Amino acid sequence: MMQPFTRHTAITAPLIKDDINTDQVAPLLHSRSLKEDYQAMLFHRARRRDDGSEDPDFVLNKPQFRGAGILVTGQNFGAGSSRESAVWSMLANGIRVIVAKSFADIYRENCLQNGLLPVVLGSEIADEFIARVIAADGKAPFTVDLVALKISGPGGPDIPFEIPAADRTRLLEGLDDIGLTLKHVDEIASWERRVQTAQPWLQAVQDSR
Amino acid sequence: MQSDLTKTVIHRTLMQRTLFEKIWEVHRVAQRADGRDLIYIDRHVLHELHAHHAFAQLQKQGRPVRRADLTFAVQDHTVATKPGRDDDTNPSGSAFIKAMRDGCRDNNIRLFDIDDPEQGISHVVAPELGIVLPGATHAVPDSHASTVGGVGALAFGCGTSELAHILATQVIALKRPQRMRVRLDGRLGAHVSAKDVALRIIAEIGVAGARGYAVEYAGTAVRAMPIEQRMTLCNLNIEMGGRSGFVAPDDATFQWLAGRPFMPQGAEWDGALRHWRTLASDDEASFDREVALDCTALEPQITWGTDPSQVVGISGRVPDPAELDPGRRAAAVSAFGYMGLIPGTPLIGLPVDRVFIGSCTNSRLPDLQVAADLVRGRHVARGVVAMVVPGSSSVKREAEAAGLDRVFRDAGFFWGESGCSMCAGGNGDRGQPGERCVSTTNRNFENRQGPKVRTHLASPATAAATAIAGRIADARQLMSGTA
Repeated sequence: MMQPFTRHTAITAPLIKDDINTDQVAPLLHSRSLKEDYQAMLFHRARRRDDGSEDPDFVLNKPQFRGAGILVTGQNFGAGSSRESAVWSMLANGIRVIVAKSFADIYRENCLQNGLLPVVLGSEIADEFIARVIAADGKAPFTVDLVALKISGPGGPDIPFEIPAADRTRLLEGLDDIGLTLKHVDEIASWERRVQTAQPWLQAVQDSR
Repeated sequence: MQSDLTKTVIHRTLMQRTLFEKIWEVHRVAQRADGRDLIYIDRHVLHELHAHHAFAQLQKQGRPVRRADLTFAVQDHTVATKPGRDDDTNPSGSAFIKAMRDGCRDNNIRLFDIDDPEQGISHVVAPELGIVLPGATHAVPDSHASTVGGVGALAFGCGTSELAHILATQVIALKRPQRMRVRLDGRLGAHVSAKDVALRIIAEIGVAGARGYAVEYAGTAVRAMPIEQRMTLCNLNIEMGGRSGFVAPDDATFQWLAGRPFMPQGAEWDGALRHWRTLASDDEASFDREVALDCTALEPQITWGTDPSQVVGISGRVPDPAELDPGRRAAAVSAFGYMGLIPGTPLIGLPVDRVFIGSCTNSRLPDLQVAADLVRGRHVARGVVAMVVPGSSSVKREAEAAGLDRVFRDAGFFWGESGCSMCAGGNGDRGQPGERCVSTTNRNFENRQGPKVRTHLASPATAAATAIAGRIADARQLMSGTA
């Protein structure tokens, strides 16, 4: 079950690029098992140079950002594949908030399913926040508060943000998504009965051979 | 005060609905406390990369699968393509393959296993067996789920948690997307296909241009497309950020579906057909976003960069960043480095190391026929590794019955067993670092087809012509002898 989210105080790392895709976040690695190492998976390729050694220039490899728990990035974060490992690998590294100018749809849904808070800031406000994150350079943490709906930290005033009320409640309470839906199990059953009559081909499928 | 006429007009306009809204409303079971609509999923198809996580989650929670009879599973992402393959031919896939097999047995789900005569890529198998239907909803834990929009189904790619949710409840909890229509008119030229059209649309509206929308593809060019081409078009919908994309069904759709094994039969087919004929957007229905493209003068398209919007016509050149929209310059410069390209270089003539024909985008029988027609009597250029991987075992059999495997083999292509293969390399089929690859797949992301592999997305015709030339080539020139 997902961990509730109220507020998170952590070093914030700037990953300033648009359209970062899930192949970059969580590459399909050649040697895989059912119990994958999600911690090692995160930005696996971007973290390394050609010879396999760590790339000291990649932001999460820099000493001041190694323990980062918040990421700030550009437009359309999480484009591409629906793989949920792109969220699990964030959580495995203690990253519980991503602040972006926008998110890809499926990625945002996967975040909500796992208690990772996706914060969307308007482009200008995001740029101001990015400037503060870069200036802070990992020396002081930021706090993202889902109760008060604000980001606070060094270099300026609190930054308010918005999130749909229902998504907020779900994260705050760590609600069981399947449980929420199963409250409607009678409606699901009556839908099935109704469609069984109206469009029977939808409710039954069989190999006619 | 409004006149009666005005009232009538307003009323009629309000009643006008898009096909998306009609399908959504029929499938809307309830609204959840958090405002999300619960949308019933008529057909659910799993694959091995995600299935085991979901089965394990449900087992832990003690929740049964609600409708195993509406659920199917296909081994596709990790299966080897080598002839004579088994579970262990790709060692990194075997645990996934076995875990899905066990989960399907325990939950009584029909599995198309690695050795099943109908195994293949889920998005190819589901329509060819008639598992998906016009006006039905469909979910797959894969972002290319909307491929089946080509037969008029409303499909949702989903994550692993959503997969478990659908298994337990048979519904998906969604916020209603907005409505978008992509209108494609004109006539496609020779050797120009749905792949080229889709790449051009993505180039025009960008990789997030359809984010938040359900997309209906319409227009005379779409109507003229065979069903397999419509599937290619809908397949690439996610590459512009759209989760669902579809084409309203028509007589061509019904003919294509008739008689497929999992389709309704007899009187039930007749009833279904009567309903399916009503599946269209109303004439005055309004869309939140409209995009139009005249396809008449469109030439084959190819990507030069590392996202699917970095596209140019085949006779074009790698763009000068100064010509690009300022927001796209930084990404372009980064792509030049990865792709080893200099602005101003013509695409035609770039030497390639590898050609891949396959994937849920372009692996159906007509895709292979187009490629075979170009390859017949010719040979793959020296030094080029060229592969054809049929989208399903059924496609493979049909291609072999038509002699296409011989055409490809004689020309020096590898002819594989079906699966996702080199699209994401999850089965070990990958290029070598630094190789340039023309591929009929859907993503040219960095490292996707292998570390440092430089992918150019293109149609089967362009891929086939390129394999023969050993350089990026225009199929139209190959056929007219001017290559």
